[in-house]
Amino acid sequence: MNLAEYKDVYVFAEQRNGKLQNVALELLGKARELADANNEKVVAMLLGKDVKPLAQTLIEHGADRVMVVDNDLLKDYMTEPYTQAITAIIEKEKPSILLIGATTIGRDLGPRVSARNRTGLTADATKLEISDDEAHEFRMTRPAFGGNLMATILCKNHRPQMSTVRPGVMQKMAADTNRKGEVVDFNVDFNVDKINRVKLVKTVKEEKTVTDISEAKILVSGGRGVGTKDGFAKLEALAKELGGEVSSSRAMVDAGVMDASRQVGQTGKTVRPALYMACGISGAIQHLAGMEESDYIVAINKDKFAPIFQVADLGIVGDLHKIVPMLTERLKTMQK
Amino acid sequence: MKIVVCIKQVPDTTEVRINPVTGTLIREGVPSIMNPDDKGGLEYALQLKDKFGAHVTVITMGLPQAEAILREALAMGVDRAILLTDRKLGGADTLATSSAIAGALRTMDFDLIITGRQAIDGDTAQVGPQIAEHLDLPQVSYMEDLQYDEATKTFTIKKQLEDGYQILEMHAPCVVTALASSVQPRYMTVSGIVDAWDKEVEVWGADRINVPDEHIGKAGSPTSVFKSFPKQLKPAGQTFEVSPEEAVELIVNKLKEKHII
Repeated sequence: MNLAEYKDVYVFAEQRNGKLQNVALELLGKARELADANNEKVVAMLLGKDVKPLAQTLIEHGADRVMVVDNDLLKDYMTEPYTQAITAIIEKEKPSILLIGATTIGRDLGPRVSARNRTGLTADATKLEISDDEAHEFRMTRPAFGGNLMATILCKNHRPQMSTVRPGVMQKMAADTNRKGEVVDFNVDFNVDKINRVKLVKTVKEEKTVTDISEAKILVSGGRGVGTKDGFAKLEALAKELGGEVSSSRAMVDAGVMDASRQVGQTGKTVRPALYMACGISGAIQHLAGMEESDYIVAINKDKFAPIFQVADLGIVGDLHKIVPMLTERLKTMQK
Repeated sequence: MKIVVCIKQVPDTTEVRINPVTGTLIREGVPSIMNPDDKGGLEYALQLKDKFGAHVTVITMGLPQAEAILREALAMGVDRAILLTDRKLGGADTLATSSAIAGALRTMDFDLIITGRQAIDGDTAQVGPQIAEHLDLPQVSYMEDLQYDEATKTFTIKKQLEDGYQILEMHAPCVVTALASSVQPRYMTVSGIVDAWDKEVEVWGADRINVPDEHIGKAGSPTSVFKSFPKQLKPAGQTFEVSPEEAVELIVNKLKEKHII
């Protein structure tokens, strides 16, 4: 493998039902930074059916070129046709770096693509950088050992250097409607026999997961200390008063009190709201991994030794069941 | 029907604590367990055994002490257990790991391969799909339900998505990766535990799997760890032990100061 042949930063522009996923734009923001550090281009790979109109949005958010693979076989995400299309692009274009959102789709596609092309794939990186020494190495940092350790990973002798990145970790650029870019149609010679080995019977959207907590500016989050649905009602009242949403720790999801879509943490969602109010959350490392980037963290907990106080900007040792309703009332009177 | 379930021994990361003074990991006394998603996958296999008389094999790659999870699987009711262990396989990243396991699977008969979605020590979710790719088999990941129709020999899989789910169909041979949360693994039975100690755990070395040395272990790993370090937590703010009334005042004042309210 002649490493010098490989250049530019490629991003898988994930879309569902013709709607670009936020993580695609977040990755473009990061890709722009990485490409600029090496004087390279940012290329978005847009796969789907009738998706070409989305190319402009990708350019506005940092892409220099958008490669569009438009095909009936790509209408819904399926492992095999998407792997074939990405592999065809890799073989022809030789990307140096390839970024994929760590969604259920990206985490299915990434490993398959990496194995087909026998290259490395870093899972769920939280930091991507080009080293500022002469080597200009691509360094991918990710949590390891359940989020207890951070590891910086290199992919020295294989290309493309692949990484998945969780939604909400990178920040997208503000859209610039004056940015210019190139839109290229890319044809793929699909192996249909291989694709037909898996049949999609149906895709079902579930309404209950409509609220995306990673988009919320204010989160009132509850853990074991909240205990029950009645406890969460107090949090919901406060969230309503603050104009935010309710989220929770894993304990409350496992206990069946909260829906998994509202779980913050290593196995849930990564959030970075303007305000994160952790109520009755002890702060297991897996939970901290999902929320410690929040702008301002308030923690209320009975146990003054709870690890959540180590990341909180303001810590209150006390009973959330008293404080939360009082705070809600106080905010109500302030509004009047 | 023949099923092979790939399982991994992992440290129970939920039991790991950080030394608040030094900021380092406290590793002592952290128990080793069968990875939860793998255990979920094993339960799906055992359900197919209950319903259709499937023959279930478990395989793990790891250190010799990983035998413990194979014994556990035997006590839960699997028919055959294989420990793939060799110094040559050490230091492997996901690609080299999946190459080695795929090599072992290539020497076996199977209709269905089940892996966990991801292991709690690495959280990569890569090895299952990579095994499928090495074996050139179709795969469905994030499985939260599995049905089998004997007449048409079709597996019907419910795949989890963030905003819903998909229903997909495949024929043998194929690969699925299972979610722990979707199923309740059975407990070991007393007779199962007793029998498990009489059963053989086959120990395989790298010579059994017929994979070139440049595809396994450290040599077969495209990625390498440049450095690892304890997570830097941001400096703690202030913590107050005050009455609820004072707490409310503190919070309101801070939120005003930060222009949040």
